[in-house]
Amino acid sequence: MSAPAKPLSALMPGDVSDEHAKRALLAEIDASCRVPLLFFFVSALAWLLVGTALALVSSIKLHDPAFLAECPWLTFGRVRPAHLNAVIYGWASQTGIGVTLWLMCRLCRVPFVAPGLATVAALFWNLGLSVGIVGILAGDSTSIEWLELPRYATPILFFSYALIAVWGVITFRLRRERHLYVSQWYLLAALLWFPWLYATAQILLVLEPARGVVQGAVNWWFAHNVLGLWFTPIGLGAIYYFIPKVIGRPIHSYYLSVLGFWSLALFYNWNGLHHLIGGPLPAWMITVSIVASVMMLIPVITVAINHHFTMRGHFGKLKHSPTLRFVVFGAVCYTLTSLQGVANSLRGYSEIVHFTHHTVAHAHLGVYGFFTMVMFGAMYYILPRITGREWPSLGLVSLHFWACAIGLALYVGPLSIGGILQGLAMNDATKPFADVVAGTLPYLKLRTVAGLLLGLGHVAFVANLVWMLCRVFGPYRQPVVDLITGNESPAAVGK
Amino acid sequence: MNYGPLLFLGILFTLASSWFGLVLMPNRQLGALVANTSTNDAGAVVVYPQARSGQAQQGAELYRSLGCIYCHSQQVRPEGFGADIARGWGKRRSVSRDYIYEPTVMLGTSRTGPDLTNIGERQSSAEWHLTHLYDPRITSKGSIMPPHPFLFEKRRIGAGGASTNALKLSGAFAVAAGFEVVPRPEARQLVEYLRSLKTSFDLPEAHLPKKESGDDANAKAAK
Ligand code: HEC
Repeated sequence: MSAPAKPLSALMPGDVSDEHAKRALLAEIDASCRVPLLFFFVSALAWLLVGTALALVSSIKLHDPAFLAECPWLTFGRVRPAHLNAVIYGWASQTGIGVTLWLMCRLCRVPFVAPGLATVAALFWNLGLSVGIVGILAGDSTSIEWLELPRYATPILFFSYALIAVWGVITFRLRRERHLYVSQWYLLAALLWFPWLYATAQILLVLEPARGVVQGAVNWWFAHNVLGLWFTPIGLGAIYYFIPKVIGRPIHSYYLSVLGFWSLALFYNWNGLHHLIGGPLPAWMITVSIVASVMMLIPVITVAINHHFTMRGHFGKLKHSPTLRFVVFGAVCYTLTSLQGVANSLRGYSEIVHFTHHTVAHAHLGVYGFFTMVMFGAMYYILPRITGREWPSLGLVSLHFWACAIGLALYVGPLSIGGILQGLAMNDATKPFADVVAGTLPYLKLRTVAGLLLGLGHVAFVANLVWMLCRVFGPYRQPVVDLITGNESPAAVGK
Repeated sequence: MNYGPLLFLGILFTLASSWFGLVLMPNRQLGALVANTSTNDAGAVVVYPQARSGQAQQGAELYRSLGCIYCHSQQVRPEGFGADIARGWGKRRSVSRDYIYEPTVMLGTSRTGPDLTNIGERQSSAEWHLTHLYDPRITSKGSIMPPHPFLFEKRRIGAGGASTNALKLSGAFAVAAGFEVVPRPEARQLVEYLRSLKTSFDLPEAHLPKKESGDDANAKAAK
């Protein structure tokens, strides 16, 4: 590990002195990404809409159980896992893959290798997932959390993922840029960690199930690591790229980046079993996970400091750049959700909040507040560059941001508190269970309202994108101007 | 940090550590657990745990398929940690051995509804379970558990009069005159499964609390 010669090289690796050559290369890279990335992004957004609809149905059912109760396909225990898998594997993973591949190409300075084949891989991903989601609704869910997709769907996903990951790694191998930027560490790690996790879980839980509670251990090792070793590195990799990019200054400290990365790699993967505190597993396993969860303070605080000091003095730019606004919102949520996660893993706190809606709120702060918001920010930056068109409506961008930001706050805040109250009531044996249930109702109803707001934000974003795509395929009326993405002109300066 | 191979190895070794620690080690330590024998009141030797009967196992598949796990846990936390035992969800904490014959272990992470580890002991009436599954609000006012009408058949009462197994529905839940609601086989399987859920067996690693008087809880549960 060698320190960079000058800090600026961490931001703009291999600054080509010939501005023209550099611009030409970036334009070529962006153009090469167009077809596969559009495919990933558009299908991801389709899954986001499907996932939102499934979420609303589940949310309403929780305070109004008679809603759509006649049909077994729409019973709560099927709609809820269908929602989770649609947003995790359909939305979050696909947009994450799209952003990863684009960042890899740009940071390695290599145009997309064989974009046609990557598009085929994307096609298979969507095929496998559609089969899987229909399977869950039809009753073939495995009921193993985060791994509900029936066994006949997963080989298709595997095949597709193998192609995709190979793409990322090939691009990395072909890199023309010697310096490895911090985002690349995270992205490479994500590409390699995910298949390992998924393969282990699929084998030990579905194909050749392990005995007894070993399944529980594998389940939570897997599920927690999908968050920590797949979404988190992609999200952090994107934050590390976009904040310096938009504000035009390098990351605050190279050494903090190194510390943040390796401490995450060391500690996060040991965290999972804190989901089984109080459960029927040997105490040492759970204790190890609690210790590792507390150690997560190191990467979380390191990264938070690094991002904060990079942003310092530039917060005014949040007003003008949607990319920055979404990404910084995500970065703040990353810190919050991680701190909340550390608290949740402590025995005394877990005794209260484990098994309550608090956990659901926590999961949304992570996967939505952090990851999804960062991905929205990344898409605001990338899409104009690969299509050569600006976002048509600034009003829709604002609507998108505020609906999602307020919706999320309304979701996470009250439900976290409601979960704590639910846990306290449940731990008081003199309180009848019916009273515990009744106590959660106001929070569950508020959650439906929050969900509607999030849905509104999604519709605004999709409408803006559809409008933009009409301009791509319609007559060319508008020059590429930089309305939104901050102080540099897209497609022209690029990286 | 510009050296690709070093990065690559670091990425692999970090995950390998917990893969050994949290996946392979538990498999070694717990994968070899076997059933235990204990003697009941009558001097008979009981083997615990035992694999489920066919009917109950089919019910377990329905429990999986219908996603009951998203609202119900199946694990009793130790005395003094939460109120699991005080609420009567079990007489002792759950231990690894309880699960060795579960094809899919459904520990659960949510208690929107009560823990079901010992529901077979707490509520043994099949009729109660059937009515509750048909519409939980019949038996439990204010319940937010989903009704499962699709596990039942609503049909015209035949010439021979009402079926003996028809649900007794009244008030707001009554069906139109001349009709009755009878459980489909799936409903019966699910109820068999629920009734099979009981863990009040004494184990060396988790003893049942001593009873002051009368028969041994262990023997009672084993019947
Ligand atoms: C939306 C959450 C939810 C789902 C899904 C759900 N339940 Fe429930 N369940 C509850 C709640 C809340 C209660 C407590 C009120 C009541 O008795 O209905 C409950 C109670 C029960 C009880 C009685 C427990 C006791 O201690 O008396 C049983 C048995 C039960 N559920 C079985 C099931 C089965 C079987 C399924 C799947 C087919 C299921 N539940 C799905 C929420 C749920």
